[in-house]
Amino acid sequence: MSVRAGLPVALAALTAVHLAALAAPFLSPYDPTEQNRTLPYAPPTRLHVIDGEGRLHLRPFVYRMARRGDGEGYEEDRRQSYPVLFLARAVDFGGAARVHFFGVEEPARVFLLGTDGFGRDQLSRLLHGARISLFAGLLATALSLGLGWLLGTVAGYYGRWVDSVLMRSAELFLALPWLYLLFAVRAVLPLRVSSGQAFLLLVLLIGLVDWARPARLFRGMVLSARERSYVLAARGFGASDLYLIRRHIAPQTFGLLLTQAALVAPQYVLAEVTLSFLGLGVSEPTASWGNMLAALQQYHVLVSYWWMWAPGLALLAVSLAYYAVSEGLNR
Amino acid sequence: MVSLARRALHGLLLLLGVSLLSFVLLELAPGDYFSEMRLDPRISETTVRELRARYGLDRPLPERYARWLASVARGEMGYSFAYGQPVGRLLWPRARNTLLLTATSTALSWLLAVPLGAWWATRRRGAADAGLAVLTAALLALPDLLLALGLLLVAVRTGWLPAGGMVSLGHEEMGPAARVADVARHLVLPVAALVLGTAPMLVRYVRAAVAETLDAPFIRAARAHGLPERRLLIRHALPAAANPLISLFGLSLAGLLSTSLLVEVVVGWPGLGPLLLEAILARDYYLVLGPVVASTLLLAGGNLLADALLLAVDPRIRSDS
Repeated sequence: MSVRAGLPVALAALTAVHLAALAAPFLSPYDPTEQNRTLPYAPPTRLHVIDGEGRLHLRPFVYRMARRGDGEGYEEDRRQSYPVLFLARAVDFGGAARVHFFGVEEPARVFLLGTDGFGRDQLSRLLHGARISLFAGLLATALSLGLGWLLGTVAGYYGRWVDSVLMRSAELFLALPWLYLLFAVRAVLPLRVSSGQAFLLLVLLIGLVDWARPARLFRGMVLSARERSYVLAARGFGASDLYLIRRHIAPQTFGLLLTQAALVAPQYVLAEVTLSFLGLGVSEPTASWGNMLAALQQYHVLVSYWWMWAPGLALLAVSLAYYAVSEGLNR
Repeated sequence: MVSLARRALHGLLLLLGVSLLSFVLLELAPGDYFSEMRLDPRISETTVRELRARYGLDRPLPERYARWLASVARGEMGYSFAYGQPVGRLLWPRARNTLLLTATSTALSWLLAVPLGAWWATRRRGAADAGLAVLTAALLALPDLLLALGLLLVAVRTGWLPAGGMVSLGHEEMGPAARVADVARHLVLPVAALVLGTAPMLVRYVRAAVAETLDAPFIRAARAHGLPERRLLIRHALPAAANPLISLFGLSLAGLLSTSLLVEVVVGWPGLGPLLLEAILARDYYLVLGPVVASTLLLAGGNLLADALLLAVDPRIRSDS
């Protein structure tokens, strides 16, 4: 069916999103923390190609956004147009000059996804937030599966008391619903941390809390792999434990490792988003998809400013792509 | 019966283990509720020390754990510093609300999933098959957070449903019937989020389980005897498929409770989720411990229920034990 054809498409889409996140400083027109206090909740800036006299321009242009006379919402100031410039060098909020993929001359502004309550460019925040949210998920996946693989293999291969100890502690971790577990461990960690520390903390938290599920899976697989006749034969020839695991047992688990990664990565991205959404993760002014979505907790934002949903749509797209990958891999 | 008792004991031991682990973890935490007070220049160092002593925070860990266990036995489960009352009094109404929400959602999800999944299993190809495949896939990939926010948006926009909370203003003055109706109206939103979040997975599992039994030799034999398809499905295939489905019921509870935590916070349902969040933000550690232990209890209870159901439904297991 179309799902099979979906795998390369989904993989390409995921790669593109992650590359865009890496290239955030170049792709985003503004600094994600730069505020425009006069332009809160400005709607997405419209790109024009036809000017007031009906002439067609090949280079799109924008009008300057201004508050309407009655103070309700915004209107375009049509007296002067500002062409969109590509690969322009601009002085950043921080003071350093940097080449941006696109932008417009001051005093006009180009907000392709509108602005938030502080007048910060949503597109720039979305791109910078993707770095936090997507890579926290990816690193946590590596950590959790790495740990789960290691402990599961050790438990399955050595058996006996090692197995009992590891699996009993896994049960302890599985006795809690996973979000409760995540919260319980989060409760122990300091609340107010800098954004760099918060990122690291989230990766460690999400990655270390969920080792039990993969560990159980890999244990079962190793348990059966250990008894295969060629493994027994190699052991009979005097192969060491390390050699057996590396040469014969580990390769059998790689397929499962891959499908598990596609399955848990979106869950971990979502975990980061959830924690930041609830104020337990990366905090303002650093952007993350979670703390961007947190604005929707106010009813007037939820209802009135549809562009504030942009991180949600991005999250949905990433989630769908991961789902398509995991479906594709399972076939 | 013996195996059920053994399971219950096992669950109890797990509960003890979880509480001990949480206790040790909280011990490692930097600062507590009173360390926030030190930042306040109006409160002296001695006052803070006295407060800590009064609540027994200066005692060694084993003693505090023993004291906490004793207070659990009294139904108090420690003391909340932020609320100034025993945790138990705060916790049980919240746990009841979470139970109401999750039990309703579980019941509805299964009532939806079993008929739909069984029906789906009888249509192996065609538009219905493809449509359900796409629909369940889309719902599975949809993050719960967005689902809850989206439903909240619909509720606020249309005004059909109360947006958040569990009761309306003036709930206390209503008659008994009106009160139930009021809570039911508030239940719709979170229950919808939970059902849409969990049912798709259940539908897929039900379909797989029923499809497998429909291919079994005994069904083919029954069909050859001329039994009508409907009777075949309901009387013969569904009971045989019950075993994996009941195991799934136990497994799906953990996910449901996690989703419930999130949904409760988003729509403001006064369950364990918002309480836990508040407790974390206030560094109110005994109050953190409460919802954690309560959720473990709910999960263990659900799994025990699944085991009991399995024992009641599947004669193959009865003969084993």
